[in-house]
Amino acid sequence: MSVSRYEMVVGLEVHVQLRTRTKAFCACSADFGAAPNVNTCPVCLALPGALPVLNERAVELATRAALGLGCTVNPVSVFARKNYFYPDLPKGYQISQFDQPLATGGSVRIGDTDNGGDISIGITRVHMEEDAGKSIHDRYAGSTAIDLNRSGVPLIEIVSEPDIRSAAGAGAYLRILKQILQYLDVSDVSMEEGSLRVDANISVRRAGEPRLGTKTEVKNMNSFSAVERALESEFARQCSLLDSGGRVEQQTLLWDSAREVVRPSRTKEGSHDYRYFPEPDLRPLLLDAQWIARVRHELPELPDARRKRLSLDFALAPEEVEQLTSSPAIAEYFEAVARASGDGKGSYNWVMGEVMAALRASGQGVDAFRVRPADLAQLLNLVRDGTISHTAGKRVFAVMVETGKPAAQVAADEGLLQVGDSGVVAGWVDEVLLEHPEEAARYRAGEKKLQGVLVGFVMRKSKGRADPRLVNQLLASRAG
Amino acid sequence: MSVKPYSDLRAAEIAVGVRAGQLSPVDVVQASFDRACEMGAGSDNLNIVLSADDEASIAESKELITRRDTATDLGLLAGVPVVLKDNIATLGLPTTCGSRILEGYVSPFEATVVTRLRAHGAQVVAKTNMDEFAMGSSTENSAYGPARNPIDVRYVPGGSSGGSAAAVAAGITPIALGSETGGSVRQPAAFCGVVGVKPTYGRVSRYGLVAFASSLDQIGVLGRSVDDAALALEAIAGYDPRDSTSSEAEVPIYRMSALGIPAPQAHHPDTEALRVGRSAVPLPPPPHSRTLEGVVIGKPREYFPDSLDPSVRELCERSLERFREMGAIVREVSLARSPLAIPVYYIIAPAEASSNLARFDGVRYGLRAPSVAGVRGMYEETRSRGFGPEVTRRVLLGTYVLSAGYYDAYYRKAQAVRALIADDFRAVFASGVNAIFTPTTPTPAFPIGAISDPYEMYLNDIFTVTANLAGVPAISVPIGRVRHLPVGGQVITTHFDEYTMFRIAYALEASLGREAHQ
Repeated sequence: MSVSRYEMVVGLEVHVQLRTRTKAFCACSADFGAAPNVNTCPVCLALPGALPVLNERAVELATRAALGLGCTVNPVSVFARKNYFYPDLPKGYQISQFDQPLATGGSVRIGDTDNGGDISIGITRVHMEEDAGKSIHDRYAGSTAIDLNRSGVPLIEIVSEPDIRSAAGAGAYLRILKQILQYLDVSDVSMEEGSLRVDANISVRRAGEPRLGTKTEVKNMNSFSAVERALESEFARQCSLLDSGGRVEQQTLLWDSAREVVRPSRTKEGSHDYRYFPEPDLRPLLLDAQWIARVRHELPELPDARRKRLSLDFALAPEEVEQLTSSPAIAEYFEAVARASGDGKGSYNWVMGEVMAALRASGQGVDAFRVRPADLAQLLNLVRDGTISHTAGKRVFAVMVETGKPAAQVAADEGLLQVGDSGVVAGWVDEVLLEHPEEAARYRAGEKKLQGVLVGFVMRKSKGRADPRLVNQLLASRAG
Repeated sequence: MSVKPYSDLRAAEIAVGVRAGQLSPVDVVQASFDRACEMGAGSDNLNIVLSADDEASIAESKELITRRDTATDLGLLAGVPVVLKDNIATLGLPTTCGSRILEGYVSPFEATVVTRLRAHGAQVVAKTNMDEFAMGSSTENSAYGPARNPIDVRYVPGGSSGGSAAAVAAGITPIALGSETGGSVRQPAAFCGVVGVKPTYGRVSRYGLVAFASSLDQIGVLGRSVDDAALALEAIAGYDPRDSTSSEAEVPIYRMSALGIPAPQAHHPDTEALRVGRSAVPLPPPPHSRTLEGVVIGKPREYFPDSLDPSVRELCERSLERFREMGAIVREVSLARSPLAIPVYYIIAPAEASSNLARFDGVRYGLRAPSVAGVRGMYEETRSRGFGPEVTRRVLLGTYVLSAGYYDAYYRKAQAVRALIADDFRAVFASGVNAIFTPTTPTPAFPIGAISDPYEMYLNDIFTVTANLAGVPAISVPIGRVRHLPVGGQVITTHFDEYTMFRIAYALEASLGREAHQ
């Protein structure tokens, strides 16, 4: 197979559930995880006579997302009905947007070219729509159960240009998109809970060929890496089809994650005619320029800007900033520690080291973490000014994670305050030399490499409290 | 009860009597049920009532007495019995839309208009027969059999709100609610010799009205007199946060227009009494040569074609003469694009209907065809059995015109022409014309079963659909009879100017007097 003669062309459609309290067109709770069909009302059950009323918060979050992705938000957009029959689609149509979407023409920077330019993926459009309910086929033998809690939950669909040229590029785009949406605070962006879903359009063409090949749509990927594997698999399939003189058929494919292959979807997606027309139950969505400007003004700092600022403010390397800004919560935590302690590098080491390890161990998010930034900054200061040793610092931190108490109090309670009194330290040094006469003798005889061993003995005797610099000085003075 | 028989009482007279303690709401409701029996409203005769619950209604009446005795304001329609078209959602009584697919369906919520009627003290006594999902002009398309015209049972009552119009004509209730998509209140009002109003699109909440064509649908009122209709509309009109297409425009006191005052006046001495319904019927001065002074009434030539039934034309001319006698100027105008209204309507309405009726799929409520293999089979069987032939025809038509490759040729073009039809109205009203007068229908009622060709049936709506397409308000008022069959005249005004529409209708009604029903 001569994959290298072909180029992959990919565009992604990403559905993102907006984090609103209520659904897009009724006052039902949009929460995930309630008992089936609890969060429903005449509107989202599509009872005869019910009418939709647009959730303004959903419009605001959708607008924020669109602006954060560099789109132009249209002063007039129109809701449209997408008609199709499915048991979990109560109205028999989905309220979406079609030829007049909320926003158009954005882009997402996913990396740098070799000569320092941007690699960007164009955003064709961002539009608002509602989610369908959920069909559960495997709970009751011979029956399908339907849960309409999700029916009417607000979504945005983010459609990219076919600018993606590799599976890795798709992965990078998705990770950065997710990061931006997290920073914008518009969604939980969790693929596990279904608040972020990805469909991929993929075609191949010979390298250098300007025209696009016939595309297929791949669905049912449950992680970003599954998207990458599905694209690789579909790329290989299309390439070998073309190599063997065949043609790619436009169709919808499902990614089978267990067998790592794509297979044709049971429903013939290509035969769907959605009969879009403007939704007569809702007026066109009019957004005035001032309102859009206010939403733009209130946009939070986005990942690229934050990376630049953190690396300037705290003299950090690009990789370090990259790690710190992966999630907005971690970046904010770091920045609070760094500002309070005045020590960027030390804060980086502690946050990416001890803090991340503790979070991983407990499975918590940083928002619920017991060690607040001010307390961690205090701990950093205690270590830096020698009040406690680095070793003791780690023990103090462990207790802080457990108890949430301030660093100084923990250090005092645990008796970990570093002892810098030369008399006390000299006592420990002399005891160690007496207890280890052989090593002491060899050390005195000039075997300098034993100094480290002896320092270790002193630290152990002092339970970590001895100031290591002082121990070294005193040992040196006793070497004669 | 009072000296007048129940079936002659106006809604306002009942309300004043009930509020004053001179009439018992229980007696009024009982009188309504008695009248329904006397007239044969059930399926064996007129077939205008699909459901009623006299025990529940009597129980509600007793609550109304408690409400009166505890000194809470009973509202504009205190104790007034009303019937509702069966596509308006009610708690208690079923809401079937005249369809098998919703047989026995009881809504768990109530339409906003019903809540408002109840808040104004009205008593819902029955749901009325209708063309299935409001698709029809004769109430022959009901799954529960055709309704009959109380004026002559061999004739249709018109449709699709035929049951509501017939109930008012039969004296069962002084007012009724219907719904319009293309003349479905005005045409049966004309056929039954009662008053029918299609308000401005957005004037009345559609929440709880089972949708046919959302951009055209509007709940309307039927009344024995103009005053009954004005009172009923005042009770139900106004903004509803549950309907995004409802308007926030203020609702004037329509009944003040009976006094011949050109525009609503907040400081008129009668304002307060009319606002709270303490005054039974506003007392208009008898019509005279200045009643409509300064009013310009347009007579659109497209609505008086050469082919118009000469007796209908004659009755219209008589009404126009009365307008002149009351000081109005009658001016010939043109609504040149109106002849395109029927084809435009029969693209837009079925298109929206094909989508609105998709929810009747057998999954959550209503009919479900038993044990058919596969969900697709269940859909097909449920909908084939549940929908009658006219609904099926329109769903198929609507699906077709929205299909890929046909959308631009049909739906998009129809919307463009719809805008032109609305422009014609705008231009006429902008030229200083206050209202337009036309026949409501080209002919009086026709015999049951006489029209079998759907297109011929559609032509019944030729003078009424334009108001739906343009969104403007219109009223049909009885203007006389051809042989024994009633004929309606239509007054159309500009958006949200129901006040002027009522003013002209009150004047016309008063000037015709008994001639309106002769």
